Amino acid sequence: MAVFNLNINGKKQTVDVDPNTPMLWVLRDHLKLVGTKYGCGIAQCGSCTIHLSGIAVRACVLTVSAVGNQEVTTIEGLSENADHPVQKAWLEVDVPQCGYCQTGQIMTAAALLEQNPNPSDSEIEMAMNGNICRCGTYTRIKKAVQLAAESNNS
Amino acid sequence: MTFIKTKIGRRAFIKNTSLASGGLVLGFSILNACKPEQAKEMASIEMPNEWFEINSYLKIGDNGLVTIYTPNPEFGQNIRTSMPMLIAEELDLDWKNVLVEQAPYHPEKYGFQFTGGSQGIRRRWEPLRMAGATARHMLKEAAAMAWQVPASEIKTLEGILSHETSGNSAGYGEMASAAAQLPVPEEVKLKEIKDFTLIGKSIKNVDAKAIATGQAMFGSDYQKEGMLIAMIEHPPAFGMTLESVDGTAVKAMPGIKDVVTIKSFKDGFEKGGFDTNAFPELVAIVGNSTWEVMQAKKQLKVNWKPIAAQTETISGFRGKETRNIPAGLESTESHMAKIEELASKKGKLVRKDGNPEAAFNNAPKIIERSYSAPYLAHNSMEPLNAFAHVIGDKVKIAAPIQIPSLIVPTIASSLGIPAENIEMEMPRMGGGFGRKAYAHYVVEAALISQKVNAPIKLIYTREDDMTNGIYRPTYHATYRAALDENNNLTALHVKAGGIPESPLFANRFPAGAIENYMAEEWSIDSNITIGAFRAPRSNFMAGAEQAFLDEVAEAAGKDPIEFRLELLKRAKENPVGEENDYDAERYAGVLELLREKAAWGENKANVHRGVSAYFCHNSYAAHVLDLTNENGKPVVQNVCCAIDCGIVVNPDAAKNMAEGAIIDGIGNAFYGELTFRDGVPQKKNFDQYQMIRMADAPKRIDVHFVQNEIAPTGMGEPPFPPIFGALANALYKATGQRHYHQPFITKKQVLG
Repeated sequence: MAVFNLNINGKKQTVDVDPNTPMLWVLRDHLKLVGTKYGCGIAQCGSCTIHLSGIAVRACVLTVSAVGNQEVTTIEGLSENADHPVQKAWLEVDVPQCGYCQTGQIMTAAALLEQNPNPSDSEIEMAMNGNICRCGTYTRIKKAVQLAAESNNS
Repeated sequence: MTFIKTKIGRRAFIKNTSLASGGLVLGFSILNACKPEQAKEMASIEMPNEWFEINSYLKIGDNGLVTIYTPNPEFGQNIRTSMPMLIAEELDLDWKNVLVEQAPYHPEKYGFQFTGGSQGIRRRWEPLRMAGATARHMLKEAAAMAWQVPASEIKTLEGILSHETSGNSAGYGEMASAAAQLPVPEEVKLKEIKDFTLIGKSIKNVDAKAIATGQAMFGSDYQKEGMLIAMIEHPPAFGMTLESVDGTAVKAMPGIKDVVTIKSFKDGFEKGGFDTNAFPELVAIVGNSTWEVMQAKKQLKVNWKPIAAQTETISGFRGKETRNIPAGLESTESHMAKIEELASKKGKLVRKDGNPEAAFNNAPKIIERSYSAPYLAHNSMEPLNAFAHVIGDKVKIAAPIQIPSLIVPTIASSLGIPAENIEMEMPRMGGGFGRKAYAHYVVEAALISQKVNAPIKLIYTREDDMTNGIYRPTYHATYRAALDENNNLTALHVKAGGIPESPLFANRFPAGAIENYMAEEWSIDSNITIGAFRAPRSNFMAGAEQAFLDEVAEAAGKDPIEFRLELLKRAKENPVGEENDYDAERYAGVLELLREKAAWGENKANVHRGVSAYFCHNSYAAHVLDLTNENGKPVVQNVCCAIDCGIVVNPDAAKNMAEGAIIDGIGNAFYGELTFRDGVPQKKNFDQYQMIRMADAPKRIDVHFVQNEIAPTGMGEPPFPPIFGALANALYKATGQRHYHQPFITKKQVLG
C-alpha cells in the first residue's frame, strides 16, 4: 500500500492503495466516483474513459502510480450542471438507451472536440471506435458529437 | 367511449402506508445510494410540504407535483419515461410537474414486474392508464364536493381542475388531500385515442441528464457502509463442477476477508424456467476492494471435476418439462458433426398442410438451402452484479434484474428464509437483452452475504460474465421450395433444429400462404446453458426464412417485396390451415409502408439493397438495407425501417430502440460468435469477441411507424430479427454470393 495525492476534478484527493490499482477502482471504490464504469478491464470497451491532462484514457489500465500530479477529470467533473457542449448535445439528441457506456462515450467525445473542434465523420468514427455501445446508439452518438462541434464553432 | 372496470386491478391500487402520519415519504429506498436519479433535479424544483397517495402508482404533492412510481425494471427501453406517460396522459398532468421514481419489487402493488418479451407497454397499457384515470376521477370527485357542483361538469387540463359555470378552479395539489380519502371508483372512463395529448408525442428520456452526468445509479454502483466486495470463480469449462478449494494462501492476501463455497440450489428444489445455471457450486472471494479481490481471484487454486449426466424437471411457463444434461466436454466441432447428422434425418413433424411430399415429387424445380448461426453471448455492457445483505432471516437485495418475482422462490429456498422477507430494489440495468432474466447471480450474492455475515456486492468480471453460459443457442435450418413450370411456389418445407432447442415457429408466415407446407424440428442435448436473447428463436429464423424467400423470389423472377405481398394476399384472402399466428393484412401493411418510404425500385448506382420482414412479439417489422462496397469492405449506408406495433407511446424513444435493434442485428450478423473447445468458451473478453462499433454501424437509419389505433404491441424485439435477412440479401446483391452461415464476416471474405 502507498499514499497517493491525486488531483481529481480540481480537488486534491488522498488514497492509500496498492500502487498497481487501476484508477478505475480508485475512483469507484475509494473515492465513490461511480460515473466511470467497468466494462472489460482491458481497455477494449471505453466505458471507463476519463481525461488525464485533457487526453482520453482508459482508467481500467491506468495505474494510480502512473498518474502523479496530472490533472484527472471524470464525468462528475466534466461540467457543473450537465452544461458541457457534449452533454447538452447528448440531451438534445436524447442518445442513451441503457446508459451504462454513455459516460465513457461522452468523455471520449469531449476529448476529441478539445483536440479537433471540427472533426469529419470519419474522424468521429475513428475517435469513437474504442467505445462500445451494446444497445447500438451509434447513429445518435455521432449526431450528438456533430451537434456539439457545431455549437462549439457557432 | 372506453370504460374499464377497475375491479380487476384493484389489488394493484392498494396504498402503501397510512396517510395519518402526513408528509408521506415512502420508504422505498433501502439504500442511500438508491435515491432517485432525479434527486439533483428535484433540488431545483420546489418540493411539496406534504404528499398524498392516491394509489400505489402515484402520489400528489400539495403544490401539484406528482411522483409516479414506474413499476417495471429499466434496461434501456426507456419505460421509465413511457410508462409514467401512460399514467400522466389519463391524469391530465403537466409533464413538467412529474417526478419518476423506480418502484421496488412488490407484486401486490405493482403486478408482474417483468422486463422482457417486448411485453412491458403491452401489458401495462390498460392498468397504468387506469391508475391515472382513477386518480383523475377521485380528484374530480373531491372538487365536486368542495364546489358543490356535479363531477361530470368538471374538466381537467395539465394538472388543473376547473368548473366553467361556477368559475371555480384549483390545482391538483389543492384537492389531493381530499381525493386521497375517497374510495377507489368501481368504474373509470379511459380517454378516447383522439383525445390523447401526451401519448404519441416524443418525450425525452427522464434519466438522460442523470446518465450524461454519471449520476444514474446502476446495480454495480451500489455502496453501503461496511459493504464488502465479492467475486466468484466458476468452472473453466461446461461439464465441470467444483471438487475442492484451498483458500488459505488467498485469505492471507491484502484486503481479503474470506474464501467461501456456495451451493445455489437446496437439494430437491424444483427449478423454475429462469433458474438456468451451469455452475451451481462456486467459490467466492470476499474482500475490501474490487482490485484486491481481483488479485486474489487470479491466485486462487481450485480443483474441478467432471459433472455426471443428469435429468432435471423444470417448472416453467410451459408447465413441467424434462431437461437432459449430458456429461462430457463439448466442442464446436463435435456440435457441427451432430447438427449435420440430425439435419439430414427426418425431424419431428410439427405442421403439415396439403400434400407437400407429392408437390416435391412432382416439382420440376426444387431449391434447397441450409442456414446456421452460432452461440452468442449477450455481453451487456454492465457485467452481472448484485448487492445483498442478509440479516437473520431477512435479506435486502439491489440488483439489475429483468424478472424479480421468478428468482424469489430460489432465494427463499437457498437461504432458508420466508419469501416475504426478501426486499428487492431494481436499479437501472446496464443492458440485459434477456441475460438478466436469469438471476443466479442474485442468489449467489445472497448466499455469500449469508456466509460472511456482511453486506456484499458481487461483481462478475467481463470474463466471468462471458463464460458463464445462458447463451443464444446455436441453430440450423434447411428450407426447400418446390416450383412449378412457371416458377410458382407450390410447396415449402422447413426443418429446423438447434442445440439444445429448436428455433422453429411452425405457424408463422409463410405458413398459411402456401398450399403444401411442412415444418419439422429436432434438437440436441447439451450441458452448455442457453437462455432468452433478444427475440429468442426469431433472431435466427427471420434471417434464414427471409434470405430463403429472397432466393425463391429471384428464381420466380419476381420483385422480392411483390413476391411477399402476393403470398400475404393469399394468406389473407384464403388462408391455408387455421393455426396461422399472424395478421396477413398488418404484415402486408408494413411492407407497403416500407416500399413507399424506402423508395423501393429507385435504384442508385453502386447501392445494393436487401429487403426483409418479420412478425414476432405481436408486432411487424420490415427493413430495406442499403450497402455500398468501399474498397472491398461492405458499408451499410442506410437502413429504412417500417414497424407496426400499434399505437406508439413515445415515438422518438421507440425509434431509438429500433435503431439499436438494427445495429445490434448487423453486429451479430457480421461478427457474433462464441465457440467451444472441450467445454471451454473460446472468447472471454472484447479483445476476442468482436462487437459492432461506430464505424460499422449504418450511416443513417430511418424509422417509420404504421399509424393505427391498435393497442400497443411489442417494440424492443421485433425490429431485431428481420435485419439479419435484410443484410444477407443486400450482401448477395453486392457480392453475387449468398451468405448462409453467420457470422458473415468472420466465416469468409464477404467481398471478393
